[in-house]
Amino acid sequence: MKVDRRSFLSFVIGGAAGTALTPLPWKLTDDLSIWSQNWPWTPVPPRGETTYVASTCTLCPGGCGISVRKVDDRVVKVEGLKGHPVNDGGICPLGLAGAQLLYSPTRVRAPLKKVNGSWREISWDTAIQEIADKLKELRGKGQPQSVAWVSDTDRGTVAELSKRFLTVYGSPNFIRTPSIQDSYELVLYLTQGQRAMAGFDLANATYVLSFGSGIIEGWGAPPHLFRAKSAMQQKGGKISQLEGRLSKTAAKADQFIPLKPGTEGALALGLVHVILKEGLYRKDIVQNHSAGSDALKKIAGDDFAPDAVSKATGVDAKTIVDLAKAFAGAKKPLAVCGRGNGRQEAGNAQEFLAVHFLNALMGSVNTAGGVFAVPEPDYVDWPEPEMDAAASAGMQQARLDGAGGKDFPLSRYLLNRLPEALGAGASSPVQVLFVNQANPVFSLMDTARVEKSLKKIPLIVSFSAFMDETAALAHYILPNHVYLERFEDVPAAQGFPKPFIGLAKPVVAPLFKTRHTGDAVIQLAKAVGGNVASAFGWDSYEACLKESLGDKWDALKEDGYWVDAKFSPAAFETKSKKFEFANADIALLPAYAALKAPGDDKTFPLTLIPFDTLRLASGPIGAPPFLVKSLEETLLQKNDGLVEINPADAQKLGLADGADAVLSTPKGTARVKVALSEGIMPGLVAMVRGLGHTAYDRFLAGKGVNINSLMSSVEAPGTGFEAAWGVRAQLTKA
Amino acid sequence: MEEPKANVTSSGSEHGEKEDGAGGPIILFFILGLIASLLIGWVAFPPLLYSQKKQPIDFNHALHNGLVDNGCESCHFFREDGTYSGVPKLAQCIECHEEPNGEDPEEVKFVEEYVKNEREVPWLVYSRQPACVFFSHAAHVKNAQMKCESCHGPIGESESLKPYQQNRITGYSRDIWGENILGVKRHSWDRMKMDDCAECHAASGFSGGSVQTEKDGCLVCHK
Repeated sequence: MKVDRRSFLSFVIGGAAGTALTPLPWKLTDDLSIWSQNWPWTPVPPRGETTYVASTCTLCPGGCGISVRKVDDRVVKVEGLKGHPVNDGGICPLGLAGAQLLYSPTRVRAPLKKVNGSWREISWDTAIQEIADKLKELRGKGQPQSVAWVSDTDRGTVAELSKRFLTVYGSPNFIRTPSIQDSYELVLYLTQGQRAMAGFDLANATYVLSFGSGIIEGWGAPPHLFRAKSAMQQKGGKISQLEGRLSKTAAKADQFIPLKPGTEGALALGLVHVILKEGLYRKDIVQNHSAGSDALKKIAGDDFAPDAVSKATGVDAKTIVDLAKAFAGAKKPLAVCGRGNGRQEAGNAQEFLAVHFLNALMGSVNTAGGVFAVPEPDYVDWPEPEMDAAASAGMQQARLDGAGGKDFPLSRYLLNRLPEALGAGASSPVQVLFVNQANPVFSLMDTARVEKSLKKIPLIVSFSAFMDETAALAHYILPNHVYLERFEDVPAAQGFPKPFIGLAKPVVAPLFKTRHTGDAVIQLAKAVGGNVASAFGWDSYEACLKESLGDKWDALKEDGYWVDAKFSPAAFETKSKKFEFANADIALLPAYAALKAPGDDKTFPLTLIPFDTLRLASGPIGAPPFLVKSLEETLLQKNDGLVEINPADAQKLGLADGADAVLSTPKGTARVKVALSEGIMPGLVAMVRGLGHTAYDRFLAGKGVNINSLMSSVEAPGTGFEAAWGVRAQLTKA
Repeated sequence: MEEPKANVTSSGSEHGEKEDGAGGPIILFFILGLIASLLIGWVAFPPLLYSQKKQPIDFNHALHNGLVDNGCESCHFFREDGTYSGVPKLAQCIECHEEPNGEDPEEVKFVEEYVKNEREVPWLVYSRQPACVFFSHAAHVKNAQMKCESCHGPIGESESLKPYQQNRITGYSRDIWGENILGVKRHSWDRMKMDDCAECHAASGFSGGSVQTEKDGCLVCHK
């Protein structure tokens, strides 16, 4: 029997008929549809038990309480902690995106050493030993003062451990990154004689005069201020916002008064002038509780009469008089300053002084609705370390940044002066630089200058958990745990009007071979040996933390925070025991003068100013992808940064909305796109801070322009503070 | 119809011999095809569709059930927040099995391989539904007071874990479609397909769903 075509066809037909009578086609159809509805390569989060861990966010100095939702051992969401004294359930976008920092691809997973320009993983013991050997060598050569330490804070156990390490090693060069805290602390010290932090009872004020402060854009403790601002406005309170562009805060204020940036102090003194001249101040308070008000009349003399101030600030004279009357007429007026989120530069202290005088004249100091001097935390109370000869000799040396020296006797930290201090020569006065929780290569003004000067330092040790710009430049990285993996005290909530301590707790076990910076410092001290080792008797950072917090430890571990709810501020500690408008220390500062934006007016007809958004991170944190994706298209379009300009200026330059342009300043040039905005004063152009990273991952690197690379450092007279608020700029068609 | 005829005639002249018996082989081949495909579909296909996997530890439900006070919920419990814990984690097992309690080789293996190494046991879950299905144990067990057996059968009485048959295409257990390849079921727990959910929802009058169709809303289970 031969199998011919017909037989074959009939076999196939029989097969088809038979197949239809089996479950095969129906089952396969079903299985394929299940398969295609649940592609095996689509990630599905594993199921597990949901738990919440209460902790404290350390991504900014705000001190918010967070509730971290976990499924088994995975962090899936960070929320605000309800009932927390600072944020009561509120949270900012960066806080919400915190899980992306924990699982970020740019985390440094183990200690790294740079060998011939590339990173090599080494063991913790080797890394610490190698660095300790270098430190011992320097100390042996009598140069302990050539070791410097940069940190975002000088408070709390980790900063105190670092300072203790430097002190007992013999270096005075612990440097805190600049922020408006520098100016506020100085002002409170000068006028009230107190080493304290400024806290603002915005919720109970009835009128807030804001000199460019981004009240809802990250200034102070962000979620605390969102609520305080809403609460005060709902009670009928009013906000007047003075700044050069219509920020989010300005848009949400009751009154937006465009003001030439950099002249805030002139306007504040102009208001002081009107209030004094018309006798609008609280005479009872000024007479009984203050000293030097006569001198104030000179400080805010005729140079600050409304007409003169109007000329300088661009605010018309009548508005100035009206503002002064509104401020003085309010039941509980409060004036605040520090541009944007206040975390980038210290500012012009004389401007802060003028604004503080406004509060003092109206009795808004240390009272409900006013500004409070919140004492610096005192719980870190370790025995004085025993100093050897090398340490004492080193500590006698002048600080490299000049803070506290003859030029800047009132300042404590001047990181902005470090590039200059590193000198023009080939050798560097800093032999070893430790960097913790700071990214100066990205966030100091004129980044090219910063990078060039830091490259001269023979040994940079970064404690960064991420491969940021400064870490990339370092020689060793001793990666810290991310905030969700570690214990750490948060010694204050910035801008919060009461003493507060928060505790960050490990929410998950460390994912990688990272180590707590506190532990790394203790181990480094032990490896250096001698008196340095003896000053660090703790076995671990956790033991040190527990001991330092003492009787507050249990409450902190349970609730996550401690707050002095019944806080009442201490009496003034000036010589007169009163609020002083003038004294010998204040006289050390030159009179207020508006600082100019660097650059010549002819080549650079415009002025570039930075602004902040809550949708980007600042300081040592790089914005996680959730934030970058949420940016409005007036800030970032694909990889292009945008520069905001008034339509009138744009028309003159022949630039349409969205046009490509080149932005140049005396410090650099960048390609940008143009975003027209009626909300910005003519003559100004503005760009957001926090973009233009070169480090980090593909979600952040190469997106937009780092405005700090275009800015030029401005040293404030008398204090040496970083006071750059803008830079002259030119915008041309690309 | 004309052409094939012509064709047959023309080919018939060449292969006259075979023409007469042509009807026989054609039917024979049809039947052969039919039988072959029936065999493939009914006999060869089902075992080919599934791979057999052994559970990492042969767990004895009956034994444990005799020792606990609270039935299934002793180990498969509801958490405080109402969510269902599912298959026990190592931490639960360790409460009793820090060290072997007897000489059962499976228990010894469990302690040696998992407890001592702090490794979770990679249990294979017979009732795991596709990720697109939302199912709340609390809604069924707590609210509707259903018994575990209604869906999972008398697994609590089993002394040994049957092999896990994994569908090679979908990756899910054979228990979802059911042991019977035709999908015939005799018990409510024989299958865990969407129709089985719908059947019970319809019978119990729970329709909590679509206004338009007055039937179960898709979103009850497919969020």
